[in-house]
Amino acid sequence: MKILVCISHVPDTTSKINFTDGDTKFDTNGVQFVINPNDEFGLTRAMWFKEKQGASVDVVNVGGAETEPTLRKALAIGADSAIRVNTPATDGYAVAKQLAKVVNDGGYDLVIAGRESIDYNGAMVPGMLAGMIGANFVANCISLEVDGTNAKAVREIDGGKETVSTSLPLVIGGQKGLVEESDLRIPNMRGIMMARKKPLTVVEPTDASAETNAVSFEKPAPKGAVKLVDADNIDELVTLLHNEAKVI
Amino acid sequence: MSILVYTESENGKLKKAALEVVSYAKAVADQMGTSVTAVAVNADNAETLGNYGASKVLLVKDDSLKAFNAKKYAAIIENAAKNEAAKVVVVSSSANSKYLAPLLAVGLDAGYVANVVEAPSNVSPFTVKHSAFTNKAFANTEITTDVKIVGLSNNSFGLVESGGSAAVEDFSPSIPDSGVTVESVDKATDKVSIADAEIVVSGGRGLKGPENWGMIEELAEVLGAATACSKPVSDLGWRPHGEHVGQTGKPVASNLYIAIGISGAIQHLAGINASKVKVVINTDTEAPFFKAADYGVVGDAFEVVPKLIEKLKAFKAANA
Ligand SMILES: Cc1cc2nc3c(=O)[nH]c(=O)nc-3n(C[C@H](O)[C@H](O)[C@H](O)COP(=O)(O)OP(=O)(O)OC[C@H]3O[C@@H](n4cnc5c(N)ncnc54)[C@H](O)[C@@H]3O)c2cc1C
Repeated sequence: MKILVCISHVPDTTSKINFTDGDTKFDTNGVQFVINPNDEFGLTRAMWFKEKQGASVDVVNVGGAETEPTLRKALAIGADSAIRVNTPATDGYAVAKQLAKVVNDGGYDLVIAGRESIDYNGAMVPGMLAGMIGANFVANCISLEVDGTNAKAVREIDGGKETVSTSLPLVIGGQKGLVEESDLRIPNMRGIMMARKKPLTVVEPTDASAETNAVSFEKPAPKGAVKLVDADNIDELVTLLHNEAKVI
Repeated sequence: MSILVYTESENGKLKKAALEVVSYAKAVADQMGTSVTAVAVNADNAETLGNYGASKVLLVKDDSLKAFNAKKYAAIIENAAKNEAAKVVVVSSSANSKYLAPLLAVGLDAGYVANVVEAPSNVSPFTVKHSAFTNKAFANTEITTDVKIVGLSNNSFGLVESGGSAAVEDFSPSIPDSGVTVESVDKATDKVSIADAEIVVSGGRGLKGPENWGMIEELAEVLGAATACSKPVSDLGWRPHGEHVGQTGKPVASNLYIAIGISGAIQHLAGINASKVKVVINTDTEAPFFKAADYGVVGDAFEVVPKLIEKLKAFKAANA
């Protein structure tokens, strides 16, 4: 089985979010970039397939040269080779289009992407990619088994979960649950040394323009101070929620 | 040309989010000088959509569509959008709508923006505001394609009754084979789900153990709320994974979020920031949640929550 894991290069969760150029650009100053947390679960699951079922695992990112350390980290975790599509990730559609070309050229059977990236949270790349290449698609995937060309997956739904059967070629939007967090792989010294020798191929983008365009950003209005209610006066809390906040 | 909106139902009943997306679609239609057509699958009360601004409902009745299927549902909406020559398609932000919308976007060659929180600031160019950076900021995004898909964040627009009525028409488009078959669904049917809930009551590690969740459930029951938890609580197995909210868990966009014994780590807040009113109950005055909350009680959950339950019961009795 040939597996492709899509790796999104995102600001670390604790990053302060700021904008520059009159609030039109994300300010990367002082921001640490990491593998998107949802993709990390997928990458570890792919390692499991590699070790237990003899799959090959490539990772891919659509982005500029600045994303290479993130791809090297994925190689250090155990991916066999990395591909970077040399173009900025403008919107979900444009990214999916580039990925579709990589999947078609590489003849992958299984594509593991994250449920969503934690920067734009659109949850659209995996589904669009599946639509473009005509593969089956499972979103919010929390468990995946593959037997030959048949696959069984569990996905989270509102208020529960659902078990589905499907077949390869398959794209999933994965998340926590695909593997336990305690099983997430961290690169060790040997992995880091080996990653330096693994191929990281840069491919030029296919022609695809974005369909959406973020023109400006804003931060939520500063919040007023919390209104404290005395623990001995819970009546007041009920009154505030009813009269002031009007939520009960 | 019209605005098309996909309205979700469960066991034949339209969801509240369905009424909200129709209310939103009506606002967009007014801005663009057109009308709203809704698509519903197996809904028994489709005509009620008229009251929220739909003038026409395309109703698909088909037992084979009882279980949600993203590809089949996307095909139905795509068909309807083409029939109606819709320029804008509105969907909700439920897990199912987010599942089908990217497939629909490819089918319609339409630009799609998710997590939208307001009516468009402009319809030419078509510009919408949506949350980004896990609710730490908003982006104003233009959709440049001819057909546009808007994914509305739950509870962000509200319900607007317009007193209109809708003509319900049977609709039976051809539906493709789907490569994904639902084998089984495991869902607590008597519980409010986090995504649908207007109120969410959430417990953290401060509750010390699963045996103490009785009061959380009781509080949720009094409020008609869904229950949720912080990540360590689900990691420890005190609560099911599906209840874990935050950046790596479920997003919450409720009207009221009550956090009990939760410190308010940035990854937790990222997932619940879209909630309108936040209440924190915590023994530690330094807990970061006090900076994010609207109302706070510094106190022991084991004393405060039973009192709150009692007061709410009295409030409900007085306002019944
Ligand atoms: C990449 C990444 C992603 C993450 N994603 C998420 C996520 O999606 N969701 C999430 O929740 N976390 C997430 N986390 C974890 C997060 O950083 C915190 O560890 C977690 O939210 C803390 O949970 P907690 O507040 O329940 O526990 P603690 O931090 O242990 O806090 C417990 C709180 O309870 C209070 N308390 C104790 N006793 C009482 C009492 N008797 N009455 C009232 N209050 C009491 C304490 O004062 C304390 O504030 C993530 C972390 C990382 C690194």
